[in-house]
Amino acid sequence: MGPIGANEFLFILQGLKWTALLAIIGFIGGGVFGILIAVTRVSKSAAARAIAAAYIGLFQGTPLLMQLFVVYYGVALVGINVSAWLAVAIAFTLHASAFLGEIWRGSIQAVPKGQTEAANALGLHYVSRMKDVILPQALKISMPATIGFLVQLIKGTSLAAIVGFIELARAGQIISNQTYRPLLVFGIVGTIYFIICWPLSHFGTALEKRMAKAAR
Amino acid sequence: MTASDNTQSMLISLEKVEKWYGAFHALKDINLTVRKGEKIVLCGPSGSGKSTLIRCINVLETIEGGRITVGGRVLDGSSKAVDAIRREVGMVFQSFNLFTHMTVLQNCALAPMRVRGMSRAEAETLARKYLERVRILDQADKYPAQLSGGQQQRVAIARALCLEPKIMLFDEPTSALDPEMVKEVLDTMISLARDGMTMICVTHEMGFARQVADRVIFMASGEIIEEAEPDVFFTSPKHERTKTFLGEILAHH
Amino acid sequence: MNYQFDFGAVFERAPELLWATLGTFGLAFAGMALALVIGVVGVIGRTSPNKIVRAPVIAFVEIVRNTPFLVQIFYIYFALPLMGIRLNPTATAIIALGINGGAYAIEIIRGGVESIGKGQVEAGYALGLHKADVFRLIVLKPALRAIYPSLTSQFIMLTLTTSVCTSIAAYELTSAAQRIESDTFRSFEVYFLVTGIYLVISTVMMGIFALISRRYFSYPTR
Ligand SMILES: Nc1ncnc2c1ncn2[C@@H]1O[C@H](COP(=O)(O)OP(=O)(O)OP(=O)(O)O)[C@@H](O)[C@H]1O
Ligand SMILES: [Mg+2]
Repeated sequence: MGPIGANEFLFILQGLKWTALLAIIGFIGGGVFGILIAVTRVSKSAAARAIAAAYIGLFQGTPLLMQLFVVYYGVALVGINVSAWLAVAIAFTLHASAFLGEIWRGSIQAVPKGQTEAANALGLHYVSRMKDVILPQALKISMPATIGFLVQLIKGTSLAAIVGFIELARAGQIISNQTYRPLLVFGIVGTIYFIICWPLSHFGTALEKRMAKAAR
Repeated sequence: MTASDNTQSMLISLEKVEKWYGAFHALKDINLTVRKGEKIVLCGPSGSGKSTLIRCINVLETIEGGRITVGGRVLDGSSKAVDAIRREVGMVFQSFNLFTHMTVLQNCALAPMRVRGMSRAEAETLARKYLERVRILDQADKYPAQLSGGQQQRVAIARALCLEPKIMLFDEPTSALDPEMVKEVLDTMISLARDGMTMICVTHEMGFARQVADRVIFMASGEIIEEAEPDVFFTSPKHERTKTFLGEILAHH
Repeated sequence: MNYQFDFGAVFERAPELLWATLGTFGLAFAGMALALVIGVVGVIGRTSPNKIVRAPVIAFVEIVRNTPFLVQIFYIYFALPLMGIRLNPTATAIIALGINGGAYAIEIIRGGVESIGKGQVEAGYALGLHKADVFRLIVLKPALRAIYPSLTSQFIMLTLTTSVCTSIAAYELTSAAQRIESDTFRSFEVYFLVTGIYLVISTVMMGIFALISRRYFSYPTR
């Protein structure tokens, strides 16, 4: 058994950096595309709605790990010389866009109908109605679920380890193999995830409770 | 009547019972005895502790002081005593509290099977007997949500009777009902009373009280203020608070 | 793009994939069963008036829900032998899945239990039933009905999570896919196909859950 020294710990923290980066990129990229998905999902065109629904169903009905594999090898097939890092980032972005799209679809539909009617009565056109009236309210409604998904996403980035990408979980695996102290190492790694995820979860539930109270 | 006759025919006794909800004194020095076959009507303003009192009798609430005896058994906080007492006491709630996921028959057969250890067949035979008794056997296979309020309350009475209890407690059994359904439930209760069931009823149905009660008890702010036979109680109440209360009740009816 | 797709090499391994699909179903259902048991037992502790009983359950739920399944399964994989429990990877995976799903189940069931009116519970006590019977006979079914949608979508999530069990080489679809990939080098084809299989699995499960719901929870409520 080897000791867990400063070097090992630094290596793990290096992994944490990539975990954070992946989660942030996935969340922001997924957020941008997610709004598109959500808006398509509630659009007037039945065909557009069906396509968005199929996209969401595909990502919610298959394992994240498979999505990583398919995108990872699929991107390589396209031929451009993309780095593993970009491939994984694309995969998380697509994944997040489907989930966030579905969450926000629900929130858009939870905005009272009267709001749309009032916006229409004021003569606002579609873009303004969405951008100025509906989406801001939907965003607020969606906050607890959105934060909940962010936690899912942060935990999900650990699966990049299986594709071979060195983030927090994979860094832990490597150190564990070097030092033969799996329980200590995975304990530390788990604690790091917990320190990031728990406050977020807590914030999400607190928001939810506050909103439930306000609604009463 | 000798002293020993008295204790033998005594089914329920509350001695110096005290009940607190945190800092709130809900029952104050309650003394009450109920003999076998007696019908007690309990009335009083909202918040006076009527529900609390009868809920203490079958241990849905615990007491902080005094002593409750049911059927000769002291409620000493042991789970044995709790079991024995609940076995002897049937309770009917204001809001029926039928189990929504069970049919009428299943609602009634549950306790006989689980508490009295009957087989399903025995329990269902018993359940049918009491459903017949409250004249609702034809609804046996329906779910509670498919019945009217009055029908649900009669099922709830049958369900309690399936324990074959010595005592029935009623907590405002008709006050959640539409007026046209009150009578069917009261009629059921009257017929129970005629058959000699020992009953404590929290109710403001004064007609019912006159007709069946042996004693009417008036409570206010956690105390028993006055206790009398119905004739005396309604015609010449002693206490000011009773008079005010009766005035209000009778004005409403 | 001048890549030549070759699904033939993967199709040749169809029997292997079929067996592995059954393996995935097995993992999923065993994991769910264990999760349900942990959920039901856990929620009794979670709703206990005694803080000493409640606290460890809360800690368990929070830890599991705020760490990745991958880290959990590794931890369990290494921890079990140290506790003197030697299990094959598949059994280990079932335990990990059960623990993970159980933590979510506790919270979901708690929500359901809290949605059951106090009157139902009191009526049970008044009929002389004991706490365990009141829970099992009176609270459980209506609570299950209330939580059914979230519980079943959690179960589908758990089924998809079984793919992570490849990391300890449990017998299931993703490890079969990885094996076939390393034999045939047809990475994209394998994963594409297997993704399709997962899609079928989750769709079938949704169908089954809908069917169960119609059979079991069809009693009317106002
Ligand atoms: N669980 C509880 N916690 C705190 N206070 C309670 C609780 N239950 C009842 N109380 C209080 O105890 C008092 C007596 O309540 P109880 O329900 O016995 O009144 P009641 O005479 O049945 O009134 P009502 O006619 O409205 O049913 C009330 O002031 C009530 O607020
Ligand atoms: Mg009351």
